[in-house]
Amino acid sequence: MTTAAALPSTARMGLSRGKVEILQFFRDRTAVTFSFLFPAMLLLLFGTIFGDEYDHPGLSAAQVFSASMIAYGIVSTAFITMGVGITTDREDGTLKRLRGTPVTATAYFLGKLILVAVLTVAEVVVLLAAGVVFFDLPLPADAGRWFTFGWLLVLSVVACGLLGIAASALVRSARTAGAVLNVPVVALQFVSGVFIHPITQLPDWMITVASVFPVKWMAQGFRSVFLPDTAAGLEAGGSWEHGRIALVLLAWCVIGSVLCLSTFRWTNTRDA
Amino acid sequence: MTAIEVRGLRKTYGSRSAVSGIDLSVPHGEVFALLGPNGAGKTTTVEILEGHRRRDSGDVRVLGQDPAVGGRAWRARIGIVLQSATDAADLTVVETVRHIASLYPRPRAAAEVIELVGLGDQAKAKVQALSGGQRRRLDVALGIVGRPEIVFLDEPTTGFDPHARRQFWQLVRALAAEGTTILLTTHYLDEAEALADRLAVIAAGVLVAEGTPATLGGRAGAGATVSWTGPAGQESELTADPVALITKLTAAGVDLPGLTVTRPSLEDTYLALIGEQR
Repeated sequence: MTTAAALPSTARMGLSRGKVEILQFFRDRTAVTFSFLFPAMLLLLFGTIFGDEYDHPGLSAAQVFSASMIAYGIVSTAFITMGVGITTDREDGTLKRLRGTPVTATAYFLGKLILVAVLTVAEVVVLLAAGVVFFDLPLPADAGRWFTFGWLLVLSVVACGLLGIAASALVRSARTAGAVLNVPVVALQFVSGVFIHPITQLPDWMITVASVFPVKWMAQGFRSVFLPDTAAGLEAGGSWEHGRIALVLLAWCVIGSVLCLSTFRWTNTRDA
Repeated sequence: MTAIEVRGLRKTYGSRSAVSGIDLSVPHGEVFALLGPNGAGKTTTVEILEGHRRRDSGDVRVLGQDPAVGGRAWRARIGIVLQSATDAADLTVVETVRHIASLYPRPRAAAEVIELVGLGDQAKAKVQALSGGQRRRLDVALGIVGRPEIVFLDEPTTGFDPHARRQFWQLVRALAAEGTTILLTTHYLDEAEALADRLAVIAAGVLVAEGTPATLGGRAGAGATVSWTGPAGQESELTADPVALITKLTAAGVDLPGLTVTRPSLEDTYLALIGEQR
């Protein structure tokens, strides 16, 4: 038989998937506009509308939004892109085609993760640039804050990406995926204090609900990176709570993995 | 050695039985056509063979392997041509072919496959810009780029114009000439007749006949109608042995203008076969 040649490794196939994922994403202008530039537009609107109406010394509302909106940007690129992308792949035959090849599911997800990582980095750069240029967001000078930024970014992307994969199992059609997935996302942004700061303005029960989900912790974490430490007193817990942020996000990574493994379907047909 | 071996295959969806006990055996290198009306169970059968669908019962072997547990090495040896995919719309033809090729251990060169399916001029075109027929030929390219030993073609020419269909047939013949086993489903009789070494007719989930295009359903022994224009006008005679009849007629010194010998067409045979099931 002719099976002597080795099957390509998952890493190599994952890179190949990542390449076509990125090519396809950036050629689809609608996708680029909505999941990529939408958060930047929101930041410009919010930052301009609220301007300097803020009574905390050395802190403008625009700066707070610049930091918090990074959390929204990550949810938008990681969770929404992943959820809509997989639903689309299931509908247009991408997954069915891949399932007939020697590709592994891990390589497929690796490709998606590469796309999401590239998008997230680009999204964060756009948001930070907008924050710096329009709202004088000070970039941290010490390595410690950038270290926090690094682990926060990785945990956020992985948690949101995995949850996006899991959510794709709940969405029936690609046409409605964007709308369906955006409902919980936008609701979470509000209760998590991304659009409303300080978060302590919200009713206690809302903060409690938000504390279960990752967005509140992501936003809090990014504020800790970009805002002066005096602003920590405005958080629900009265401090930045880095340890708790890491724990909650790690927990969501685990929950996301379990949900992925138990809910992922290659096709729409239930018996396949 | 057989490429496909099926014994007692069954599949039900809820209370509806889609496949109710099918036996099939396809040797290596054969072009085998599965013929039948819509809803007869063709696609279900093929999807089970491809590993895309689970069966309820029966024994299935494709290249010696049970498709339900076919691993990566097995999938590297089969080629599946999808019938309604709209994926990769934003990629170019060559990007798509190269990408799928990268998933196989010893793929064909992308340029070679693109030439083979006749998309050489469209290699740099976006997939979404292709016509329906071109899109299906790309699907074939993606199905064969991994150098499969067996190719599944599920109703590959549905919606093709006659010219595109002829081109597609040439492509299938070229693959068969390389020794690739081909399982084709179709509801076009001329397609089965033009391509298949052997064929089977499936109706309401069971095989009702199996044979070569010439012998299917007792077609070869079904007698022939000999017609000619005689002195008294159009004459015709149904006979089991047309050669003997014509020899007898010509021996009598009769001229036979307008001589035709017709056997039941594959379509007549097919319609009779599926009619029995209704």
